[in-house]
Amino acid sequence: MSKLLSTIKEAVVNRKRKEIEGLVGEAIEAGIDPTTIINKGLIEAMDVVGEQFSASDIFVPEMLASALTMKMGLEKVKPLLTSADQPSRGTVLMGTVKGDMHDIGKNIVNMMLEGAGFTVVDLGVDLTLEKLMEEIERLKPDLLGLSALLTTVIPEMERAVREIGEKGLRKNMKIMVGGAPISKTFAEKIGADGHGADAAEAVALAKRLMGE
Amino acid sequence: MLIVAERINSSRKAIAEAVLSGDAGVIKHEAKIQADAGADYIDVNAGTFIGEELKRLKWIVEVVQDTVSTPLCIDSPDPLVIAGILPIVKETPLINSITLEPSRLDTILPLAADYGAGVIALCQSSEGMAETAEQKVRMAHELVEKAEEAGISKDLLHVDPMVYPVATNPLSAVATLEAIAAIKNEIPGVHIICGLTNVSYAVPERKLINRTFLVAAIVRGLDSAILDPTDKKLFGAMKAALAVMGKDEYCLEFIEAYRAELIA
Repeated sequence: MSKLLSTIKEAVVNRKRKEIEGLVGEAIEAGIDPTTIINKGLIEAMDVVGEQFSASDIFVPEMLASALTMKMGLEKVKPLLTSADQPSRGTVLMGTVKGDMHDIGKNIVNMMLEGAGFTVVDLGVDLTLEKLMEEIERLKPDLLGLSALLTTVIPEMERAVREIGEKGLRKNMKIMVGGAPISKTFAEKIGADGHGADAAEAVALAKRLMGE
Repeated sequence: MLIVAERINSSRKAIAEAVLSGDAGVIKHEAKIQADAGADYIDVNAGTFIGEELKRLKWIVEVVQDTVSTPLCIDSPDPLVIAGILPIVKETPLINSITLEPSRLDTILPLAADYGAGVIALCQSSEGMAETAEQKVRMAHELVEKAEEAGISKDLLHVDPMVYPVATNPLSAVATLEAIAAIKNEIPGVHIICGLTNVSYAVPERKLINRTFLVAAIVRGLDSAILDPTDKKLFGAMKAALAVMGKDEYCLEFIEAYRAELIA
């Protein structure tokens, strides 16, 4: 059993998109518990991938191909899960702040968060504060991720963090910020709960904010 | 992208000398570096040994097959040489090449069919070379017809629309590029290959012209090439063009070639 799980893990790490469904199928037939396949095979693999990326051992497209492989494996197991054992590390609401249409970086973070076992709800780009508040109240996420690429929208990010706090929406929700112009110092200054310099850091941060 | 590696050719001085002196080490090294660089076929050519081409090519084939398991591309215009080599190759080869000239067409196609070999087919006939895109495309159609009549399916055929020097005709490369696009469109399933070096005849920095032409050809639909895979700039331009054209999902092959230090 552990052999099959480590084969699945290796397949995700090595981006074996053609093999992953077959391997997960084998694991299912061998009677391995679906949540074990997910946690010990697929998600552990993405932890390795995140480390490889942080160490600059792999490039962004390689990381994305692993995330895609992971997702293909996940789709294969999902039908076997009851709603009770749908494993999620937490729900993350993601979006690019108002005035900014950039989403490549945010989408990479989305894929990596999903790869790590989070449930991601993507609100898209050019996100108004009204829409953001509305969705926070509706979905009650564990985490909010705000992204920005343009330096001109930095005040918008600052305002979003402040007003969400003033509305009392931060009691059960942590805020992470990221994007090319965003630094750790800036994140602290505007009172965000954390900052990720890249997708792998964002995942590590999300886990930390969930108290893991 | 299918790569036919071109370095083992007796028109290169180092190869001719190795063949003459029976220095297998040189040939082995050439085979190995090309296989390591990602060759799908290793072209073998002893065409400069007039009168003893078959004997010399047999020796080369044996040495290469002792070294690597990569299939061979038997490079000779002479049907007798091809007939002599086919029985000793271990992996299904490519034959380089036929034209519409009956002397090559009628002799080599049946051999290729017997051995299940792939064939490189040049857009060239007894009447001459195809210079315009229309001529090239018409000849490509004829070559496919002839091959199919001989029992060789389109997917075993690599049509070469031929490129001529831009130095002597500034529009010759354009004609080739247009022909590539038209062949891809009109004859789905057939492979399109091209020798690169003709294009840069008589201009300086020939390799720069060669790789620029290769990129343009890939953009139009070239799916195989006869080239030196150990030329990192050329191989790099090819890998980059494939990535840009969406033929390399997540750039994984590009990155792999980068890591293996095959591109520059």
